[in-house]
Amino acid sequence: MSTNVPRANPLRRFTPLLWVGPAAALIIGVVIWPVVVMATTSTLNISPDGFNLGSAGLGNYRELFQEIALPGVLMRTAVWVVGVVVVTMVVSLLLAQLFNQAFPGRRVARWALIAPWGASVMMTSLIFRWALNAQNGVVNVILHDLGLVNLGTDQADWLGRPVAAFVWMMAVAVFVSLPFSTYAILAGLQTMDSAVYEAARVDGASPWRIYRSITLPLLRPALIVATLINVINVFNSFPIIWEMTRGGPGYSTSTTTTFMFILKQSYIGESAALSVINFAIVVIVALVFLKVAKWKDQVD
Amino acid sequence: MSSIAEPLPAETLSGESLPPKRVRRPRAPITTRKLILSVIAYAVALVFVLPYVFMVLTAMRPASDISAPTLLPDHFDFSNFTSIWSTGFGSNLGASLIVAGGATVLVLLVAVPAAYYCARRRFRGRMLFLVMVLATQMFQPAAMLVGIQREFIQFNLPPLVSLILINGGFNMAFAIWILTAYFSSIPAELEEAAMVDGSSRLGALGRITLPLAMPGIMTALIFTFIAAWNEFIVALTLTLGQSSGNTPLTVAINNYIGQYSIDWGHLFAGSVIATVPVIILFAAIEGRVVGGLTAGSIK
Repeated sequence: MSTNVPRANPLRRFTPLLWVGPAAALIIGVVIWPVVVMATTSTLNISPDGFNLGSAGLGNYRELFQEIALPGVLMRTAVWVVGVVVVTMVVSLLLAQLFNQAFPGRRVARWALIAPWGASVMMTSLIFRWALNAQNGVVNVILHDLGLVNLGTDQADWLGRPVAAFVWMMAVAVFVSLPFSTYAILAGLQTMDSAVYEAARVDGASPWRIYRSITLPLLRPALIVATLINVINVFNSFPIIWEMTRGGPGYSTSTTTTFMFILKQSYIGESAALSVINFAIVVIVALVFLKVAKWKDQVD
Repeated sequence: MSSIAEPLPAETLSGESLPPKRVRRPRAPITTRKLILSVIAYAVALVFVLPYVFMVLTAMRPASDISAPTLLPDHFDFSNFTSIWSTGFGSNLGASLIVAGGATVLVLLVAVPAAYYCARRRFRGRMLFLVMVLATQMFQPAAMLVGIQREFIQFNLPPLVSLILINGGFNMAFAIWILTAYFSSIPAELEEAAMVDGSSRLGALGRITLPLAMPGIMTALIFTFIAAWNEFIVALTLTLGQSSGNTPLTVAINNYIGQYSIDWGHLFAGSVIATVPVIILFAAIEGRVVGGLTAGSIK
């Protein structure tokens, strides 16, 4: 088909590339290409000092699945993600409701809520590691003063006991995840039309009924986004476990992310194999979640 | 300017708008309910800041007192804050400024034109590009550490340059989404009017649209800077065995953990110093945080 307009400079076709090209190049070079490098590395035999000793086929994957620690690591990762995300979302709903009320000095109180987000997760984890110190950690000092714990004993050594350590680390993970979720839900609450509430109240609906039938459905988009972002962040979370226990004793507090990091020190190919699996899990979980949550209906 | 992307000031966050007749009554009486609510809210707020209060208090403990099993220091002392500079902390601070500043400049340089163009033009590949950007929001460096490390060993880039690129790449998605929403909310007619008056397209962009989009740009800037400033795992991996001038703060602070003992005084003094720029930036966008945090992901 010919047009009446005189044909413009053929280079015009490339104009979008001028505007969007650098951003696309950065994404491809820094975010997408490492996935390819990671996938190829997972099929290579790499020496601990980084030399390529040729192809390993699926050998890295075979060795990974023979790791005795792997089943425990996978189980713990599932507990970690589900536990932290569920508790975070429930507590965030309560906090958002509380901080959505009008009370004097609300602004200052809301500011305090952002603290864990502004500080690095690494620092927050180290504060808790210090606070849980068996000899002089502030948590133990308080528990000691209450007569609940003896300083310097096994009882006070929370991070030395795998289950206690893991529960504490999950608590820290919830703590650092709360600001984002709470603010996402607060932002959702602020878009609500007060007329709907007024009408429901006039109809004699109870507060709980109003919350379930009006507030929660309207919060859906905010809840979906916050949950999905939390799942991705919590699954990939590294500094909390690394700074508080280094994944130990042994691998008894490791998740797949820290286990991958430990493997990387000596078995790069195997670590890459685990990374590929981790990556696949995140992508699948995200896609399934979006499907179940009917993300498309939200966007349209 | 009221647009979808305009972050709402904190004061408008209240979901309940008061019925008209109550609006200008001199002062709403403080009910018991209100009192209980504020007490609970302040208790919660205290829980959120308490760990950081202890961070500051511990940083101010003299070396002799730091392992004492007491809640508060026996006296305050600033020696950790003065002696930390002899551990190379200044060069770590410099490295962090280079990485976070560099990543922020990089993100703005590539995200502003891309977001502007996506907001104004329907070009071929636009959807593909935006989906690609959205997908990268699900990617995290921790998940691809091996790939990142091997890629940058291959190219043999200096660690700080690698860190700028990685922090830029992984934080750009948020900036593009929030800025696209912002530019879309600014009427194109404003630019067209300027062009009728003899301005060039770029001139109109620079003099009309960019200033109007400044709140969005500032939000993207601050979020990128803080994310890059606090980034840990990639920095830990790529600066392994590097001199302190190449080591950002998060890694340097982590290095106060020795194999047998931990230098808590310097560790927390360093953490306090490292938090100062973040507080300054937060103060600059006060009230815009709420909208900024969610506009990019929800809209």
